[in-house]
Amino acid sequence: MITIIDYEAGNLTSVARALVKTGHECEITGDPDRIAGAERLIFPGVGAAGAAMASLERSGIDAAIATAVGRGIPVMGICLGTQVILENSSENNARCLGIVKGRVAPFATDMVDSRGDRLKIPHMGWNAVAMQKSHPVFDGIDPEDRFYFVHSFYPAPADPATVIATTDYGVTFASVIGFANLVATQFHPEKSGRAGLHILENFCRWIPC
Amino acid sequence: MLTRRIIPCLDVRDGRTTKGIKFENNVDIGDPVEMAKIYYEAGADEIVFYDITASHEKRGLMIDVVRKVAETIFIPFSVGGGIRTVADMRDTLLAGAEKISVNSSAVQNPAIISEGAEKFGSQCVVLGMDVKRVKKRKEIPSGFEIVINGGRTYMGIDALWWAQEAERLGAGEICLNSIDADGVRQGYDIELTRLISENVTIPVIASGGAGEPVHLYDALADGKADAALIASMVHYGTYTIGGIKEYLAGRGVPMRMKW
Repeated sequence: MITIIDYEAGNLTSVARALVKTGHECEITGDPDRIAGAERLIFPGVGAAGAAMASLERSGIDAAIATAVGRGIPVMGICLGTQVILENSSENNARCLGIVKGRVAPFATDMVDSRGDRLKIPHMGWNAVAMQKSHPVFDGIDPEDRFYFVHSFYPAPADPATVIATTDYGVTFASVIGFANLVATQFHPEKSGRAGLHILENFCRWIPC
Repeated sequence: MLTRRIIPCLDVRDGRTTKGIKFENNVDIGDPVEMAKIYYEAGADEIVFYDITASHEKRGLMIDVVRKVAETIFIPFSVGGGIRTVADMRDTLLAGAEKISVNSSAVQNPAIISEGAEKFGSQCVVLGMDVKRVKKRKEIPSGFEIVINGGRTYMGIDALWWAQEAERLGAGEICLNSIDADGVRQGYDIELTRLISENVTIPVIASGGAGEPVHLYDALADGKADAALIASMVHYGTYTIGGIKEYLAGRGVPMRMKW
């Protein structure tokens, strides 16, 4: 059973639908006990860091996530769920969960591409992900695969050892971060077509060592 | 590098698509869910549904379509047409759409942009703009005017001003439709596309006028659009999304080529 965390942060049903498509059972819950005791946890979300953190703290889900991560179960963050795993975010100057050391930084507003055209914000659309190390959740993923991003802030982990993959958009940022039993993507696997579904399937089978 | 997006657009009336696709396999060409699936599998980067259902009572039909599409395709899709209130936005997003687009309802009530952005996030609020070329005058310094009712009603609003105002209000993207170019298949309005795209910081989707792949090249390369909307050129089987993408990639436009 995959537990999807519900903390009033947008499109949770799309993650559930993608899991159903891959043939896995899931529950969507905001109950801290169920989250703390989950077998396998997905922490999704879209929206702003400040409101998300307020909701997590109010509901006691913040502590439940830390408990679940500490138990060593497989945990996956997606988009805003990935960002609030870090220590703090420039968005709303929010203090975040601090499960991974580092911060969440804004894209500069004056970035240009190789042709000198201004890069738009949000970073919206399909981009490449360059693996910095191999990871079981990315088994079978090809360098030609592209993933769907939509965000104006990006993860900037302090320890390079927590960077699993990077993406270029004006800057080279950590698009996948994690450690032993945690993998967290800035892109949306549930909206990234076949390649994204493949990542979710890998996650559902992943046994962290 | 971020790829440019190719986005097929489906017009839906009373829960059925109004234009078929010419395909060899045996699909019901009027079913928007089947058509979405075909385009998903053919390499569409995103899909736009435009609900042209006339009566408000039949809006539930579109919500059913959205729900079924969301179970079938795993790329972003947006829904426009008939969204007038924050409650309409919520219904559509909860049914599984990634984004909602507001057009004439935002012209008449700009607050819907800021209310939607505040409630659901800027990333899911798209401003649809219908634009016509007019003589430059004091109220329309760019020479591009906002129109509604399919181009029949001129609003006295400058298109560039409105694009920047919508961005300020919290729109996350602009879908820019040239009424002059729409349906003529002679190419997008490149001057309009470039004017808007270079003067906002949010992504711009070029719309209206695509008839052949070179038109998409012009919109993405010269028009500086972040994405291009297509309809008849793929609906009638004249071109495939894969073929269009190969052509664009061959001319150096970054494309998602594996799906």
